[in-house]
Amino acid sequence: MSTATKTAEAPEASSSRGKAPAGERIADWADGRLGIYSLAKANLRKIFPDHWSFLLGEVCLYAFIILIATGVYLTLFFVPSMAEVEYHGSYGPMNGVLMSEAYASTLDISFEVRGGLLVRQIHHWAALIFVVGIFMHMMRVFFTGAFRKPREINWVFGFLLFVLALVTGLTGYSLPDDLLSGVGIRFMEGAILSVPIVGTYLQMFVFGGEFPGTDIIPRFFIAHVLLLPGIMAALVVAHLILIVYHKHTHYAGPGRKNTNVVGYPLFPVYMAKAGGFFFLVFGVITIIAATTTINGVWVLGPYRPDQITSNAQPDWYLGFSEGLVRMMPGWEWVIPGGYTLNFGLLVPLAVFPTMLMVIALYPFFENWVTKDRREHHIAERPRNAPTRTAFGVAWISWYLVALVAGGNDVIALKFDLSINTITWICRVSFFVLPVLVFWATRRVCLGLQRRDKEKVLHGRESGVIKKLPHGEFIEVHEPLSREQLHTLTAHDQYRPAELPPATDENGVRNKVGLIEKLRVKVSRGYFGESGQIAKPTAEEYREITEGHGHH
Amino acid sequence: MKKLSARRRHPLAALVVLIFALAVTGGLYAVLAPSGEAKAEDSAQSLAIEEGKKLYDVGCSSCHGAGGQGGTGGPSLVGVGAASVDFQVGTGRMPMAQPGPQAVVKPTVYDQAEIDQLAAYIASLGPGPAVPEAEAYDPAGGDPARGGELFRTNCSQCHNYTGQGGALTHGKFAPNLADVNPRHIYEAMLTGPQNMPSFPDGVLPEDAKRDIIAWLDATNTSESPNPGGLSLGGYGPVGEGFFAWTIGIGLLIAVAVWIAARSAKAKKS
Amino acid sequence: MSNPDDNDSRNTDNNVSDEHLPSEQGHGEVAPADDPFADPGLPPHEHRRQDIDERAAKRSERTVALLFTVSMLATIGFIASYVAIPIDKIVYIWPFGHISGLNFALGLTLGLALFCIGAGAVHWARTLMSDEEMVDERHPIQAAPEVKAQVLADFAAGTKESQFGRRKLVRTTLFGALALVPLSGVVLLRDLGPLPGDKLRHSKWKAGSLIINENTMQPLRPEDITVGSLTQAMPEGLDPHDHDFLVEIAKAAVMLVRLEPKDIKDPKSAEWGHEGILCFSKICTHIGCPATLYEQQTHHALCPCHQSTFDLADGARVLFGPAGHPLPQLRITVNDDGYLEALGDFEEPPGPSFWERG
Repeated sequence: MSTATKTAEAPEASSSRGKAPAGERIADWADGRLGIYSLAKANLRKIFPDHWSFLLGEVCLYAFIILIATGVYLTLFFVPSMAEVEYHGSYGPMNGVLMSEAYASTLDISFEVRGGLLVRQIHHWAALIFVVGIFMHMMRVFFTGAFRKPREINWVFGFLLFVLALVTGLTGYSLPDDLLSGVGIRFMEGAILSVPIVGTYLQMFVFGGEFPGTDIIPRFFIAHVLLLPGIMAALVVAHLILIVYHKHTHYAGPGRKNTNVVGYPLFPVYMAKAGGFFFLVFGVITIIAATTTINGVWVLGPYRPDQITSNAQPDWYLGFSEGLVRMMPGWEWVIPGGYTLNFGLLVPLAVFPTMLMVIALYPFFENWVTKDRREHHIAERPRNAPTRTAFGVAWISWYLVALVAGGNDVIALKFDLSINTITWICRVSFFVLPVLVFWATRRVCLGLQRRDKEKVLHGRESGVIKKLPHGEFIEVHEPLSREQLHTLTAHDQYRPAELPPATDENGVRNKVGLIEKLRVKVSRGYFGESGQIAKPTAEEYREITEGHGHH
Repeated sequence: MKKLSARRRHPLAALVVLIFALAVTGGLYAVLAPSGEAKAEDSAQSLAIEEGKKLYDVGCSSCHGAGGQGGTGGPSLVGVGAASVDFQVGTGRMPMAQPGPQAVVKPTVYDQAEIDQLAAYIASLGPGPAVPEAEAYDPAGGDPARGGELFRTNCSQCHNYTGQGGALTHGKFAPNLADVNPRHIYEAMLTGPQNMPSFPDGVLPEDAKRDIIAWLDATNTSESPNPGGLSLGGYGPVGEGFFAWTIGIGLLIAVAVWIAARSAKAKKS
Repeated sequence: MSNPDDNDSRNTDNNVSDEHLPSEQGHGEVAPADDPFADPGLPPHEHRRQDIDERAAKRSERTVALLFTVSMLATIGFIASYVAIPIDKIVYIWPFGHISGLNFALGLTLGLALFCIGAGAVHWARTLMSDEEMVDERHPIQAAPEVKAQVLADFAAGTKESQFGRRKLVRTTLFGALALVPLSGVVLLRDLGPLPGDKLRHSKWKAGSLIINENTMQPLRPEDITVGSLTQAMPEGLDPHDHDFLVEIAKAAVMLVRLEPKDIKDPKSAEWGHEGILCFSKICTHIGCPATLYEQQTHHALCPCHQSTFDLADGARVLFGPAGHPLPQLRITVNDDGYLEALGDFEEPPGPSFWERG
């Protein structure tokens, strides 16, 4: 596998030299049982390419590890019970207030356990940053086309991790049983109740009776600390195994090809860099937790269904689903037979997974258009796939509209605007903005492609102005280096699909299905003249460079 | 189109674009900024009624009408009580500077003596709530824990869980209660200024009001402790999410860029 | 379609040049003279200062060691803070405000200890470990045709030996058994909760229930409620210490407002009230947040969760937002002792709507 195993680490077989050092003997023992030498041969000098955007996934991995470590600590003190107690701890402004044991124990973690507040804040900040990291990592993979064969399955694993992170976050948000988390649970109850036919039954089963009952927090607890993290841990391991198996993508450049990977070996460079990054991520999150409050439950008060606070929002990663609900007009139908369809919830509840599935399934859509069966290991520049990039940016704008709508009350308050106006703007933008953004992004990408072509053919603007003998001023263009010429022209360009001729050579009519016709149309949009700028050819380059001196 | 692209390199092009952008922004704000007229209620009772009437005739009568019967844009002040005047004028909400969805806090125009005179005059027009005694709103005499419960039942739906404020319909809002004079908080509960409902003593007795003031004093003044660190405005998840997306991931990306950056090469000689 | 000529060879092309050997990097391959865009190969490795100047390398070594030492000191600081600082100590630190001294000290020392380990390791990797880029070849993932043929043959042999295809009865019953057995798991979920029955249709209100002010826990009289005021209330017989208090209050919580009778637009709503005092369920009909952001001049009640706005002057009609129907109104009257009381339960189920609601 690795071509770089020949350095100091590989020891000669030891038996002939008498007693081997202790470390080697332990390794020998393990090798006889686990086969670690063969494993290390393949992986010890595994090459990883160096780029900051390739570290976004590591942010997620480390945040996940931090979450598990701090989460285990919190379970030592948290009591997942909804039994009512009267609080008499050291936080004065809650003295004598009736609350659930869950909320009381959260206060105790914050005020009685030394360092408990710190661990709680690390846990919650790590959770927010975990999902931010997942989002950024997914976008990096998306915009560089790193989801293409052979990595489609890993894209799906990553997407599942994203969805599971949302659910785990939601269950965690609900555990302290403070006023905001109770509102979150109430929202879930309303959402379940709106499900046609089985809604009320589901609600009774999930809550063990009427809302809020006393079962939901113990049930969420076991989902949050065991079930969901267990599934996620398994998926994380699978995700990592596939990364190692596929080897990381790299960006095009001199010497960097689809058939190789260029970078630094796992041992020692990446062990130090990636291992160090873990400590850096942990350190940064800890310092944030030392200085910045997150979810100050002590001022929120315990949950009571008849109490509420303004600015009631979920954590940011579910903000867009909140926004979908806030944008929704109040449609409700009573259908014959006396049954109610609460579209005020049903529609957002359907749009929410649809939005996620649109981005999750895009790789398969693109593959259907290109019919490309090759492996791809070069991370593309976003500009070289204008339609994909435009689609991704449009999706982000779509998501952002919903996210903004989810915070409409805070925005209205901070910027002195009307909450109704913001909601209306979001309602319209939800349909209009993605279209505009798609169009604009594609144009920007094509413009950048044109500029690349210009640079390849005419060189780079040097900023030096020269006066020609006849008085004309020109800017001197410096030709690019061979490395740059290669880098700017290394990308693949598809040709648009074509319909087969109407009749084959025997005069028999070719049957073309509707779906194939659609595919050809889409393919033309992607790769036709409006969809990409043909990259410069060697002939074009020679034609221009041979007439040099004129320019 | 061609003309436009030829001119976009003109030296003044940037200026034109800037002015255009400013005009659009201003215009959009003018369109989007909520409009409407706020109403306020006031009143009074007591001694220096004469002085108060003089001040009233100069400063208030143009809206509230001569004799406080109400007029163009201003409601009648008969029976709103001294507490209402002390709140509205003492917080600078009255006199209003410009029409908007609601009157906002400004530096006060009158000193406390003048406010008292105005209050006395308004109180003389009809019976209404009086300015409370100091002990009624002294946070030291209240129970912050009970006040917290009352606050979450009666107030937090608009003012947020510690009184950071919140948005209402069509540009109206519940203001931030941090560091507001306890007397004004008490008077607001008693009189229900503008769109805030009132909480008369039959609904929320005096000691309950003092408990609420004690809760605010314990959790939302510049002196009250914030054990976890920066409170990010106290708006909950929106502020926290914004922080995670900017400073949180920003710091981590800065670290990642450092890790992946090429190390400095020796100068070629 | 794709561009077969310059691409198809890529993933199977294993006999590419020998440039993957690190020692030979930098010389590159000789680009064909006719292709100006050919890959010139990896650029030559450039040395860092630390590679050629031992003093610079020593400086890096000292920096790394310093970072690791700072980490050790910070951990000692962490332990010292844990022991020395009382948990309830509040200190003022600009710009963070009045914060917990212990949380700040523990977090800063722990954060520093962790950060310095990471910074030291990365600095070490960046300045002292070899920074010569290495090349690893990729190999196609797809199996070679002979491997595939072997696997298919093995599978066919196994299938044949099992007689799975031939013994149809075995196959069918196996599928049947496997399809049925998860049903037990589904059945086991039945006792997760009770059946809904009519639980969602009824609240604690009944004819004659006094209306209890939540702030005083005393029954309300009409004269307590002035025009422009807002009162949060619940039915008599509910005690916050009861084990089912939260379940009951989730359905029974009400708010009372008083309007000038001339301002009430809906005559039925006025009739259900008492001299302008109206009693509405405060549980939003959308998902169940208390919709109690009452604007006394506009008579609008807003829900802070999703901005559903109800016009309390017009039978709590929905003006804005995702709620689908008005807040249910409770019919009230005054009893002989002068207290407000309910004339019965809500006529429609309070709280978020559900399928059987009608």
